[in-house]
Amino acid sequence: MPDIQALVNDFILKLKRRKIEGSQATARQTAELLRAVVSHQRLPYTNQALALLDAVRDIGEQLIAANPVELAVGNIVRRVLHIIREEDLTSVASAVDGLGLSTNSDDDDNFEHDDHPILSAAAVAAAARSTLRAPSLQTLLEGLPESALAPRPSSSGGDSEGKSKSAERKKLKHDVIEAINELIQDIETCHEQISEQAVGLIHQNEVILTLGRSKTVKEFLFAANEKKRSFRVFIAEGAPRYQGHVLAKELVAKGLQTTVITDSAVFAMISRVNMVIVGAHAIMANGGVIAPVGINMVALAAQRHAVPFVVVAGAHKLCPLYPHNPEVLLNDLQCPSDLLDFGEFSDCMDFSTSGGSPLLHVVNPAFDFIPSKLVSLFVTDTGGHSPSYMYRLIADYYSSDDFVVERRIKS
Amino acid sequence: MAQKKTHRPSADDPEVERIPLQAVLLADSFAQKFRPITLERPKVLLPLVNAPMIDYTLAWLESVGVDEVFVFCCAHSQQVKSYLENSQWTKQPGVFSVATIESHDAISAGDALRVIHEHGVIRGDFILISGDTVSNMSLAKALYEHKERRKKDPHAVMTMIIKQSKPSVLTHQTRLGDDEIVMAIDPETKELLYYEDKVDLSQRLILLDKMLLVENGAISLHNDKQDCYVDICSLGVLDLFVDNFDYQHLRRHFVKGLLVDDIMGCKIFTHEIQSSYAARVDNFKSYDTISKDIVQRWTYPFVPDVRYLGNGLQIKLDREGIYKAPDVVQSRSAHIDAFTVLGNATTVGDNTKISNSVIGQGCIIGHNVVIEGSFVWDNVTIEDGCKLSHALICDGVHLREGVILEPGVIISFKVEVGQNIVVPTYSKVSLLPQPSKQDSDEELEYADSNTGAIESTSMATVMNTSKLDFALGTSDANISGKPEFQGSGPGYIWSSSEGGTEEECRQSIAPIPAGKLLELLQSKISDNNAPDQDMIITPASGELLPDSESTFGDGDDDREYVDFEKEVEATFQRGLTGVEKENVILEINSLRLSCNMEQADCAGALFHSIMKQALVAPYSCKNELYANTIKEIIKWGDLLKHYLTTTDEEFEVILKFEDICSGTTRDFAPLFSNILTFLYDKEILSEKAILSWAQEKEGADESDKIFTKQAEQFIKWLREAPEEDDEDDADA
Repeated sequence: MPDIQALVNDFILKLKRRKIEGSQATARQTAELLRAVVSHQRLPYTNQALALLDAVRDIGEQLIAANPVELAVGNIVRRVLHIIREEDLTSVASAVDGLGLSTNSDDDDNFEHDDHPILSAAAVAAAARSTLRAPSLQTLLEGLPESALAPRPSSSGGDSEGKSKSAERKKLKHDVIEAINELIQDIETCHEQISEQAVGLIHQNEVILTLGRSKTVKEFLFAANEKKRSFRVFIAEGAPRYQGHVLAKELVAKGLQTTVITDSAVFAMISRVNMVIVGAHAIMANGGVIAPVGINMVALAAQRHAVPFVVVAGAHKLCPLYPHNPEVLLNDLQCPSDLLDFGEFSDCMDFSTSGGSPLLHVVNPAFDFIPSKLVSLFVTDTGGHSPSYMYRLIADYYSSDDFVVERRIKS
Repeated sequence: MAQKKTHRPSADDPEVERIPLQAVLLADSFAQKFRPITLERPKVLLPLVNAPMIDYTLAWLESVGVDEVFVFCCAHSQQVKSYLENSQWTKQPGVFSVATIESHDAISAGDALRVIHEHGVIRGDFILISGDTVSNMSLAKALYEHKERRKKDPHAVMTMIIKQSKPSVLTHQTRLGDDEIVMAIDPETKELLYYEDKVDLSQRLILLDKMLLVENGAISLHNDKQDCYVDICSLGVLDLFVDNFDYQHLRRHFVKGLLVDDIMGCKIFTHEIQSSYAARVDNFKSYDTISKDIVQRWTYPFVPDVRYLGNGLQIKLDREGIYKAPDVVQSRSAHIDAFTVLGNATTVGDNTKISNSVIGQGCIIGHNVVIEGSFVWDNVTIEDGCKLSHALICDGVHLREGVILEPGVIISFKVEVGQNIVVPTYSKVSLLPQPSKQDSDEELEYADSNTGAIESTSMATVMNTSKLDFALGTSDANISGKPEFQGSGPGYIWSSSEGGTEEECRQSIAPIPAGKLLELLQSKISDNNAPDQDMIITPASGELLPDSESTFGDGDDDREYVDFEKEVEATFQRGLTGVEKENVILEINSLRLSCNMEQADCAGALFHSIMKQALVAPYSCKNELYANTIKEIIKWGDLLKHYLTTTDEEFEVILKFEDICSGTTRDFAPLFSNILTFLYDKEILSEKAILSWAQEKEGADESDKIFTKQAEQFIKWLREAPEEDDEDDADA
């Protein structure tokens, strides 16, 4: 375990210092770390799922706290928790018969060894119930006192039973790791998956507007261009970082007709635009979007002129939390020197002559929140969805027990 | 997986991997500006927006890819060491390592660097930084420039980081409370040519050396630059500090020394950072300013809500720059204004107003308290109705009901202030007595402490009525033990330690009072009556100087040189009587500086002395004289070589030799060629120097050519000499 702990600490430090750029890289590295955690986790004979969940949740909590702005970390932690639950369910379902037998044998053992036969009987009854009622993992997680279940492995009866259990244990872990691998695969290929839909959305001779630079948007436009669609792109430069300039360079290199405009010219140009395509930082459970600053203005302009507003984002950006959740840190205020040159304005910030309180305040927020009613379409790796469909995607990817990762640990 | 992780950093910046980048962090400012607080805790551990200053410096060093940091601790070294041992810096995995070097008798940055040189841990270029620096700049470009320059010119020993920052027109000080700095920089090469941080403001005049204008094609003079006190140094800097053991202060002695005295031709360059931030906490004013910069996020990502530093609690940033740690208990009626930081587990009572302030952890603030522009450290108790404005309050202080702190007050650790006391402006209160003597100026100090005593007795009477805590002069009272006396505890009011009230208000936490500003404004207006003249004088003085001095410069020079030669000879004689060679070098160096001579002059004078020495021993024929000479040259060759770093100096030696032969001691004349050959063999003189001497003489009068003729054969041989000799010469 020490090497895992070192890995975790290393990753936490990187998150804390914001050394990992971009949601995709963060998501992939989080998933890889959690895979390592799962594969190194020593599992008890029983309640393997619970042990795994606890381990992942424990580390997940630290990761989320390390950089609360990057919601992708929390998303991946929750995805992995969901994977463990799912895999456990299927393995339980397939082993119902075997378990039914084993509970009988356990009954005997418990009566022989346990000091509190009544409690243990109740526990076993509960366990039996839970095995029969396949989907109710919840009872297993919430209700059962550990002491009641702990004696079981120590008193395991026959050899055959032990073998089958260890095989089963390995199987769960194996399945979970397989599923995480798939998740990593999904994250890595999300751009291609999204780009495949480009041809269906971008039509001949259309004018597309975007703001700033998003890798997903870039790949999306490239894909449409490769399919011989001819279209034009307006790029709002995306102050104060001016990533739009970078995107313009990349698009021109691929032979796309590109026009760069200032952020403030968006409203003037929007009437000539057929579609707005932007990237996102995160998609919230209600279909609202957290996106780089300036995009809300674009969305409002698009709504005013009835231009479709499309958000492209990988599934790892789908966050099961609501934006009004106090744990969601909606914004990140960045360095004011992106906006102003400190030297030029240093005389405005001389506190010795200005009465001690700063008169000049520079605010440089990183994100905007775009309410779901402004979004026409989400394009994720699984296809196009309307904002009202987000709840369904979230139900597919996440288990509702995991929405709050931190609370459970504290209580 | 594990391997992948370890590979990643190297993939990010392969540059750093190849040569470990080292940094020297001075965890001692060698100043007393933060007294009395620093009597109990080292300056680098004082909290700056609730994180120790050294954390900011280390975090920055870590972020720019420094691999090894050597923390030099002197005062309170144990505290610094134990802090580092328990901090994240020594525990975290990866390449970043922090080691401490301890010395107790260093009293200046110069001493510190000499100690570090003794340890021999620095292997290449290093970053020299003091442990109270806050920065977020990227160093890659400055480092690259430094390295490139070093390749071209090994004399470029240091790159100094500067930053634009306009000084206040009224007070002529930077926003950090320092005096404004005047620098002359070569606009092309960015070489630093002039550095002056103590400009005489009353004269509104600076004096530039005429040579600056002679030697440089262009000069740009700046007074809007701020020295960040971050330097990229080469190994040579340590050697310079060792050679010049009287260097103490990094800027006042080292930088100015190099610029004025031109030691070994060393040069200092500057690198100006544009948008990023770098500043050093030097006094209370800069503590205030930098704290506010941090709260305003100029130092991003080193801000309270990014968990780079501090205790790792998640601090939330609300609107208008209000930072709150998780367990803050705040009354509903309390009013927290913009740009305020509330530390963990702090309680704020009803109707309390806090603005522009930083409150530490575990503080208890009562009802109806007003705190503005103040810094309250950890575990402070402030009872109901207190008023604090622009004050600094250290750990464990207890302010009882109704205490009023006027602007600029510093209250040191664990002091307890009784009910309804008004602590006057700029006073410093500590449980420790003010040391009676700090500097050599004992008399001055004595006078100061007298006034302090008077001031404080008057205080004491006020306090007695309200059963208060400043028992004065009770030196035997329990000082460190229990400040929570029943109502009164011992305490000392420090008199202001340095400067007058002028200095105080410039460097205090509080803004400069309006009255003072008005005064300055008026004096400025009165100045403005004749400003045009001044304006002209400033640049003109630079231009005028060269003419006026150079006219009588030549005659002066000769006389000076003769004196200098005599001095060198005397020194050399002392060398004969057993004084160590290093000391002889040192003495000659200092002579050179005091007489303003060139390196070449030293070489010439020294050579003269050596030849004279050869004459001392009795000789009957020229062979004996030759033998004597050779003996002396072998004996002192090393010393002489120390000064012969370039051909110019060697050239000077040959000329000197010629002088000796033709003038003072004609006995050498017939031996000229032989000795010259010998000097060449001993690698004291290089082929290049001899050839250039011969070339020079070709066009001269017949009378001047005696010695070239004598050495003709040798020179001819040199000219035809195979190329392989060049390698040897390169060493010489």
